[in-house]
Amino acid sequence: MISSKTTFQGYRRENGRVGVRNHVLILPVDDLSNAAAEAVANNIKGEIAIPHPYGRLQFGADLDLHFRTLIGAGANPNVAAVVVICIEEGWAKRVVDGIAKTGKPVTGFGIEMHGDHDTILRASKVAKEYMQWASELQRVECPVSDLWVSTKCGESDTTSGCGSNPTVGNAFDKLEPLGVTMCFGETTEITGGEKIVADRCATPQVREQFMAMFDRYQAVVERHKVDDLSDSQPTKGNIAGGLTTIEEKALGNIQKIGKKCKVIGVLDKAEMPTKPGLWFMDSSSAAAEMVTLCAASGYVVHLFPTGQGNVIGNPILPVIKLSANPRTVRTMSEHVDHDCSGLLQREKNLDQTGDELIEVMLRTCNGRLTAAEALGHREFVLTRLYESA
Amino acid sequence: MIHFVLHDPKDTVAVVVVEGVKAGHDLTGWIMDEDRTIVLKAQQDIPIGHKLALKDVKNGETIIKYGHDIGKAVADIKAGAHAHVHNIKTKRW
Repeated sequence: MISSKTTFQGYRRENGRVGVRNHVLILPVDDLSNAAAEAVANNIKGEIAIPHPYGRLQFGADLDLHFRTLIGAGANPNVAAVVVICIEEGWAKRVVDGIAKTGKPVTGFGIEMHGDHDTILRASKVAKEYMQWASELQRVECPVSDLWVSTKCGESDTTSGCGSNPTVGNAFDKLEPLGVTMCFGETTEITGGEKIVADRCATPQVREQFMAMFDRYQAVVERHKVDDLSDSQPTKGNIAGGLTTIEEKALGNIQKIGKKCKVIGVLDKAEMPTKPGLWFMDSSSAAAEMVTLCAASGYVVHLFPTGQGNVIGNPILPVIKLSANPRTVRTMSEHVDHDCSGLLQREKNLDQTGDELIEVMLRTCNGRLTAAEALGHREFVLTRLYESA
Repeated sequence: MIHFVLHDPKDTVAVVVVEGVKAGHDLTGWIMDEDRTIVLKAQQDIPIGHKLALKDVKNGETIIKYGHDIGKAVADIKAGAHAHVHNIKTKRW
């Protein structure tokens, strides 16, 4: 049973935040720099490159989000040190300066005037030093209040709302009083349950901010939709799993925030929370986009309930999968970290599966690889707000 | 053995949580919020994760799950029948 005396073994970073992984990240600022970043990660063993398709000719809020996400990813305490590569030196510096505020080692490289070969050589030399330095860092005992835990569900079916999502909710209800920093999001997927979330907001101001985010996303859907969103919300996978309407999916989705947790504030995409408690982050419900935003906000471990079996991982955040669907647990066992299907046979109660999930989470924080990590899932997906210039 | 679960005693649909439910099977259901069981006969084969109606529902009536409105019936649904996208739709979007 978790209590305020519960500890885990983590990496305490220069800024006081605690990570549960010790990655050296090779971070391309734009699509053009992916090849060099991947070459560096191939040269220096154990490093992670996070290639992505964006970063050119974005502008305004979309560009701000791009930088905020990359800087947040590099600043995440699961990352020990960062090598930044960009086609232009100026934008590499912008990302380096953002990450450097954490105090962690970070160096940037521009490809222009050098070419890939010279850039890969220079970056590999620094990356090797970082890797050897990071490999000597030791885990230390940390209170559970140092944890930042995010959640998002995927390939949901009806067993998610009955079993795996309430299991996360039970865990959240137990983590909140211990001073853990938590978040959920998936703005459109709350459609039908928005009043329930609004009623859980801690103050009228937070409620207003939440409803403004909810209404804004509804307007986006209204502007672009060509039908009733059938096959998108719920998805074909959701429908195959037995979910019929967006309201049913939403009411299942919000089981993840438990029965007691108050929503203490709202976050813009990839925005960092400022105090412990449960936050709502305005975000897409697409799994890799949402989990990437959680990583960029500074969360260090992620609870991911699935019904039909979403296989997502993330390069920075360990993604813990739980499922209450006995068929998914049987047919996709290599992806499931926590089987809570016993709940739906009344063999266990929510308190038990919640405690078990917390135990799996603490083991993961202590260093045990998740199924997604062991299988090499490193989906890093940037959220775009609109088209490039 | 629990064959289906529902959250709230007011719910008009419930979720099948085992594989192999066939028409004519006598099913045991668990009302999770009250921790008690009920029985119902399946009128159709129903895949795991899919819903069955707990009472006769008329075309146009609101469907209740989690004690909340999740949409409306777009056809009459018999108690024990498969309840899904062919006979339930959202009221939104």
